[in-house]
Amino acid sequence: MKNFKIDHRTNNGLEVLDLHGELDAHTASQLEDALKQLISHKKSYIIVNFHQLEYIASAGLGVFMAYIEDVRSIGGDIKLTNMNDKVFNVFDLLGFPTLYDILEDEESAVNKFLKELS
Amino acid sequence: MEKAATYRIKIPASTENLSEVREFVSKHARDHGFSNQDISDIKLAVDEACTNIIKHAYKFDKSKVVTIELEFEHRQVIVMLTDQGVGFNPNSYEKPNLPEQIKKKKRGGMGIHLMKNLMDKVTYENINGNNILYMSKNRG
Repeated sequence: MKNFKIDHRTNNGLEVLDLHGELDAHTASQLEDALKQLISHKKSYIIVNFHQLEYIASAGLGVFMAYIEDVRSIGGDIKLTNMNDKVFNVFDLLGFPTLYDILEDEESAVNKFLKELS
Repeated sequence: MEKAATYRIKIPASTENLSEVREFVSKHARDHGFSNQDISDIKLAVDEACTNIIKHAYKFDKSKVVTIELEFEHRQVIVMLTDQGVGFNPNSYEKPNLPEQIKKKKRGGMGIHLMKNLMDKVTYENINGNNILYMSKNRG
């Protein structure tokens, strides 16, 4: 069984979650807890870096659906970056690119946030 | 005539077994010459189908069993998932309305949409209390 893991760090004062491994209906609760914790601390500028994520099922996407409104309602956003083609394809099939900011890399997300905040 | 090859696993209805199901599907699809893209598609479709059974048909009751059977014949794989829980017909589901669901913080319905997109054909039947979901895909 491949482990799923989340690391939390900051980049230019923005919150970054690094996802590793496989995100499915079993591991999605870990992502949910990580997002809930950020939101409860009013941390609303969130970048989720998918660089090390190998696999995603719809339960993983469901977590982003459940929390994006909470984050945007306090003026923030969740920006998604560094997806491999297979992972992006799942987001694309479900119509996420028109509703979520999905960016090529973390730097683009940082620049976009800093621009939005200035 | 080439004989069909079949493989079967049974798992307790718990999401912790999903990774084992994915490995089972990947291994056999690879052995039967499916491309990486096809393997990813089949793996995700089976994961979504199992997740639906665990969540909705069995309501996370680990004492229940999901049977997954793969049948390879010619250039095609047929996946059969069998459960004895609450049945649902995937063809009665509409494509999820994402903006609406986000507004209402509602999840769900996405798995079925993926299954239909990733596989060539998805059908369902109930025989004597067994829900059987069939999904097929041709080698690309």
